[in-house]
Amino acid sequence: MPNTKSSVQSMECETDRLKNIAADILSEAKKQGADQVETAVSIGNGLSVNARMAEVETIEHHRDQGVGVTVYKGKRKGSASSTDFDTGSIKEMVSAACAIAQHAEEDPFSGLPEQHQLATHFPELSLNHPWGISTEQAIEMAVNCENAARSFDKCITNSEGAGIQTFEGTRVMANSLGFNHGYPASRHSMSCSVIGEKDGNMQRDYWYTSARNSLDLDTPVEVGEKAASRTVSRLGARSISTRKCPVMFAAEVAGGFVGHFISAIRGGNLYRKSSFLLDSLNQQVFPTFINIHEQPHLLQGIGSTAYDSEGVATVPRHIVDGGVVQGYVLSSYSARKLGMQSTANAGGVHNLTVESGDYNFQQMLQKMNTGLLVTELIGQGVNTLTGDYSRGAAGYWVENGHIQYPVEEVTIAGNLKDMFQSIVAVGNDVDLRGNTRTGSILIEEMTLAGQ
Amino acid sequence: MSNVIEQAENIILKPVGLSINDIDQVMGSMLSKPIDQADIYFQSSRSESWMLEDGIVKEGNYNIEQGVGLRAISGEKTGFAYSEELALPNLLDAAKSVKAIASRGESGVLRPTSRQTVPSLYAAIDPLSTLSDEDKVSFLKSIDKQTRQIDSRIEQVIVSLVGVYEVILVATNEGQLSSDIRPLVRMNVSVIVEENGRREQGSSGGGGRQGYEFFMQDDRAMDYAREAVRLATVSLEAVAAPAGTMTVVLGPGWPGILLHEAIGHGLEGDFNRKGSSAFSGRIGEKVASPLCTVVDDGTLVDRRGSLSIDDEGVQTQCTTLIENGVLKGYMQDKMNARLMGQTPTGNGRRESYAHLPMPRMTNTYMLAGKSDPGEVISSVKNGLYAVNFSGGQVDITSGKFVFSASEAYLIENGKVTKPVKGATLIGNGPDVLTKVTMVGNDLELDSGVGTCGKEGQSVPVGVGQPTLKIDGMTVGGTHA
Repeated sequence: MPNTKSSVQSMECETDRLKNIAADILSEAKKQGADQVETAVSIGNGLSVNARMAEVETIEHHRDQGVGVTVYKGKRKGSASSTDFDTGSIKEMVSAACAIAQHAEEDPFSGLPEQHQLATHFPELSLNHPWGISTEQAIEMAVNCENAARSFDKCITNSEGAGIQTFEGTRVMANSLGFNHGYPASRHSMSCSVIGEKDGNMQRDYWYTSARNSLDLDTPVEVGEKAASRTVSRLGARSISTRKCPVMFAAEVAGGFVGHFISAIRGGNLYRKSSFLLDSLNQQVFPTFINIHEQPHLLQGIGSTAYDSEGVATVPRHIVDGGVVQGYVLSSYSARKLGMQSTANAGGVHNLTVESGDYNFQQMLQKMNTGLLVTELIGQGVNTLTGDYSRGAAGYWVENGHIQYPVEEVTIAGNLKDMFQSIVAVGNDVDLRGNTRTGSILIEEMTLAGQ
Repeated sequence: MSNVIEQAENIILKPVGLSINDIDQVMGSMLSKPIDQADIYFQSSRSESWMLEDGIVKEGNYNIEQGVGLRAISGEKTGFAYSEELALPNLLDAAKSVKAIASRGESGVLRPTSRQTVPSLYAAIDPLSTLSDEDKVSFLKSIDKQTRQIDSRIEQVIVSLVGVYEVILVATNEGQLSSDIRPLVRMNVSVIVEENGRREQGSSGGGGRQGYEFFMQDDRAMDYAREAVRLATVSLEAVAAPAGTMTVVLGPGWPGILLHEAIGHGLEGDFNRKGSSAFSGRIGEKVASPLCTVVDDGTLVDRRGSLSIDDEGVQTQCTTLIENGVLKGYMQDKMNARLMGQTPTGNGRRESYAHLPMPRMTNTYMLAGKSDPGEVISSVKNGLYAVNFSGGQVDITSGKFVFSASEAYLIENGKVTKPVKGATLIGNGPDVLTKVTMVGNDLELDSGVGTCGKEGQSVPVGVGQPTLKIDGMTVGGTHA
């Protein structure tokens, strides 16, 4: 394994190499008759190890590369991708894209982004921090993590193991408007999943930590103990009777709940009219205390980037202010379809932050008083067109602000439009691991179905 | 047509100048350590997708994927590496990193490679070339046009067409070289309808290991379109779904997702070897009503979930999982079979060369029973009749599973009455089938739409079942 410094340098060199490949693809596409062209080229190296029952179980060496191209002939669009950087393959890929563009139909809204929206400033976001960990060190760390989990409680009887994943890569994006930029980025994580047993019934839970910089990861012992304590606390779970009650999404599942809102204001769902939040711009979708920001330039943020997947410059913005929707989530195509401007969200949102209230986790439970704390959701069960929501849930029954016992085999159901309006509070127990940063979210009432 | 293995060698090895001797050399390098099992998996695939929306074929995508994955296993330990470059030095490099998994000891045994051929369950065709690009575009346009004529409430029609031409070549430490040429096509029609300000969607599709002509035969494409419109218009009338535990009748075919989630995953060899499944150590026990016999069958001709050989070169088979209510067997890949002292069942599958194989399902279904489907429904005083689903998920350790109904009706006094909104059904895998009290005589397989995800890997699968009556499942509606 190379040491950190030379690894950083090699990824910088790789970025330059990929920029040249991107430039070659642009000229090949022009040569083959494309009017406009856009390409993305990426490579990455990774290592993942998993240890189970104190022994190494898998060692995986990842080495990925990919290239994609989109060509426009007038207003006709075609795209192609390949895992092969050979000149021959690249020619084949470009000609496949051109052939598709030949046969696709004219779409007046298609094309590259507006020139003036392309990124011209590239803030240093501190995204590349190679770990430089050896396979042996990674194995030792995974074993330590799993040991911490397995020795946490005598109820822990089995394990799915603990894993270390590290990745560094670089991605270049270029188009025929003169944009050609790329940057390396790293991502590391550690996870652990263990099984507990009580009265012949098994439960499993897990925990993970992830960061751009390995120094920001939780320790193996912290991850292992957290995974084990989550598993142990689920032992003896039972279903409860059908009722209407308050529901609190724990921080680790609240991000997914916010994701349903983002999905409903995404351009593709809006122009297809397959959203329950059509024409929601400037409308009061949430209570007045809800504010949601997009922060694409957070240093070391997992979703940080200076430009979206079309090269459009990202800007920090308020998506929801005082509960009112301030902007949609648009690519340049969906923006044109809606008669708007791209919001630099081709490829998704970048570091979404839900502003926290004053309550910590315990105070949130007290605020709920009696209801269901949800720590895991399973199944899809979300209809973005109608807002109808019905998912399998597991968690804890809470009375007088205190956890009583674990709950499983129940569903929670409602309509997202009502659920958004009836948010009671957002906790300050923020989960910082993912692209959505939010504390736990308390909903006034949902239908719980059980025994 | 030349045999499949010759074609695969011509497609994958010849252009990069690799020979059988080179494969022997790479395998020999891996086996210089005490390795119990090793394989080299070459894959070359071409795939395309076409999409129509707003009445025009807006875009298409073409994907070229090629690579090789090397795996060496010592006991329960696996070393894995892959490369997009198929040149010999890259393979030898990868061999060196994967064999590091083995501790010191005697070398494995190298057997010279010989070609193995099994009968193919589908034609060795490139589906992408079964229709010209012009014809793909005009086909999609004609489906759009005909769909819009079905109902005046249709607002939006989206039609998609996907084809995959995948060639694999797998060499094992036993000296076996086998290959498979796997065509796969998939089509989908989805519509949005609007009436009095209420909007609903419906979606339907199908496919298999075929060429695109499959969709033109027997008016199949328009069957999908009519079904999508029917689903959307039924939803316009849907009332709030009930909440609570009640008798549930599942329709035939696609609702077989129940079997896939509730018991299928729990019977995969890896979870059972590790003892992490709610079904671990329960072979020979009664886990279902005597009316239930469930199989996993990779050998069905032309079907989406079928494979002539799995991704470890093992010929697929029909494996009985549950027979008359008794748990009979697990689905195995080579590693888990070896560690459990069982025989591989042809269920070793991987998403691509860049992923490790695992035990996975193929086509999982329940055999037909004796009851008339009409009698099944009329036997229910009050309950839910669920006929279409959008997906499911399971926690194999606790056994809890969900599947989400997208088309369901109330049963009132033995009659199917009002449609209800989509709702998630939740149950416990190890006991849901013990509550089956009637099994219909109407076994159907799904239309070829299933994709299963496990540990981040997606593979195409099939499901099926006859009409089933389950006494007591939790229905997650809003109407308490």
